[in-house]
Amino acid sequence: MEDFTEPIVQIRQLTKSYRRGGQIISVLTNISFDINSGEFIALMGPSGSGKSTLLNLIAGIDKPDSGSLKVNGRDIATLSEADLADWRAANVGFIFQFYNLMPVLTAFENVELPLLLTRLSRDQRQERVELALSMVGLTDRVEHYPSELSGGQQQRVAIARAFITDPVILVADEPTGDLDRASADDILAMLQRLNREMGKTIIMVTHDPYAAKSAHSIRHLEKGELDVTNQ
Amino acid sequence: MHFLKLILRNTLRHKLRTSLTVLGLVVAILAFGLLRTVVDAWYSGAEGASSTRLVTRNAISLVFPLPINYQERIRRIHGVTAITHASWFGGVYIAPRNFFPQFAVDAKTYFHLYPEYFIPPAEMKAFLTDRKGCVIGRKLANTHGFKIGDTIPLRGTIYPGAWSFTVRAIYDGDAGTDTSQFFFHWNYLNETMKKVVARRTDWIGVYVIGISDPDRAAEISTEVDAMFKNSLAETLTETEKAFQLGFVSMTEAIVVAIRIVSFLVIFIILAVMANTMAMTARERIGEYATLKALGFGPRFLAGLIYGESLAIALTGAGIGILLTFPVADEFSKQVGTLFPVFGVSLETVYMQAAAAIAVGITAAALPAFRAARVPIVDGLRSIG
Repeated sequence: MEDFTEPIVQIRQLTKSYRRGGQIISVLTNISFDINSGEFIALMGPSGSGKSTLLNLIAGIDKPDSGSLKVNGRDIATLSEADLADWRAANVGFIFQFYNLMPVLTAFENVELPLLLTRLSRDQRQERVELALSMVGLTDRVEHYPSELSGGQQQRVAIARAFITDPVILVADEPTGDLDRASADDILAMLQRLNREMGKTIIMVTHDPYAAKSAHSIRHLEKGELDVTNQ
Repeated sequence: MHFLKLILRNTLRHKLRTSLTVLGLVVAILAFGLLRTVVDAWYSGAEGASSTRLVTRNAISLVFPLPINYQERIRRIHGVTAITHASWFGGVYIAPRNFFPQFAVDAKTYFHLYPEYFIPPAEMKAFLTDRKGCVIGRKLANTHGFKIGDTIPLRGTIYPGAWSFTVRAIYDGDAGTDTSQFFFHWNYLNETMKKVVARRTDWIGVYVIGISDPDRAAEISTEVDAMFKNSLAETLTETEKAFQLGFVSMTEAIVVAIRIVSFLVIFIILAVMANTMAMTARERIGEYATLKALGFGPRFLAGLIYGESLAIALTGAGIGILLTFPVADEFSKQVGTLFPVFGVSLETVYMQAAAAIAVGITAAALPAFRAARVPIVDGLRSIG
């Protein structure tokens, strides 16, 4: 078992609700927990339990109603939209269930996309993208468009895009939800490798208990609250 | 580089939709250009007017003539450098649809006041020595295939009878010069009328007065009109431009209608383009959300939408503008001498381009605003 000492994500009294049709629906209530640097955790729970909302908050694509959310020592709940965008570009790698690749860009260009927000030169970007694509085993698919790739291959491109900027955390929302078992195993093995060999902190939302086993720890959410009896 | 690549590839993503939108733009920009050219043609007479020429006509109406003996009295006014006259003939060449303007002019003086008509000296000499000779413009010659030495028969309407003229000279002019006119000797008309209707002799349509100082135009005009105050035929003198604009004002309603239609065409294509961009942005909302999640700001997304909209608009405009020239040429041939000067001006091209840019920017405004404002979570929810 790895030894995690430094919390990279600190969540305190986090609350989030949505307004729908004049009604306020509480999604997360007073959530508090830490995620240590280099940890790979799985967030599980039934539909509507708030796990994706929690992931969105940690990734900085949604804002909490109250509470504090520190990632790498910075309270992202207080950042403006523009600052949050810069922060995401530098600190978060996203892996989505449906890959979310740009259909008009090749695998190479999709992976290169986040690097356009950096000061890297064209040659430096090329070098990094080629390395990332080789790490996910897609050196022979560089010039392929997403529509020319299988689901598993598309998710590998998405993973390469997620870690290309060397982010502090990787967030994955049902990364195997749209894949067959063999491809899912492939993706989970890849996430484990990223965690083990590159020390990436990974927070993964999943419905699949089999996928969750790839993580070091599992957090269960039930009706917007952490199920402390089931950690 | 990626930015432009994304714009280009997004533009070509739905080839049929993009092609149809571009086609719509081509038709709209072409129609806009053509209608603007028609409006320009309407004003071409006034635009080509000289500031050193005044026109004196009967104060009651242009249809009433003036006596020939006014000529010498006007010539004596201080500041008048030359004087000539012209009379509308209004003959029919074979059929009324072959209309072209015909004037009986004082052959010896008329062309001195119109240096914009280029006539080879030998042809001018031939015209001056042939009482039944005529001078025609290049456009008129080309329209009907007239050559030097050809006989042009006209059926008189204002001046009854069968008239026959021999082409002795063909004049040219620069792009703004009306070369669809027909000139012949007023002396021939006057002598013929002496034999047929004696009371209609020694009258002319309008005097054209050459002046040395355009700043004195108003002063000289007043002096001319004062000279013939309370006479049998009072005069109205104005600058040549004002005289030409008087003709345009008679048909002002048509010009206004054409102008309105030209802008309506642009408004319609704006609606089509806005619909295309709204559909496009709605379909890609998940992609925009992904780009925002990756750290791209609202400006980048707005840039993508504006870029795509402008790419479509400018492609349509480019093709539309290029097609305006041959279509305008063909239109000019079809309408014959109805529009003596019919050419696509640089100003029209600028207006076409400006209209396309305005359409491109306006059509993208709302989709860009929405894409920039969409919450990432909501946008991502649309995928799957």
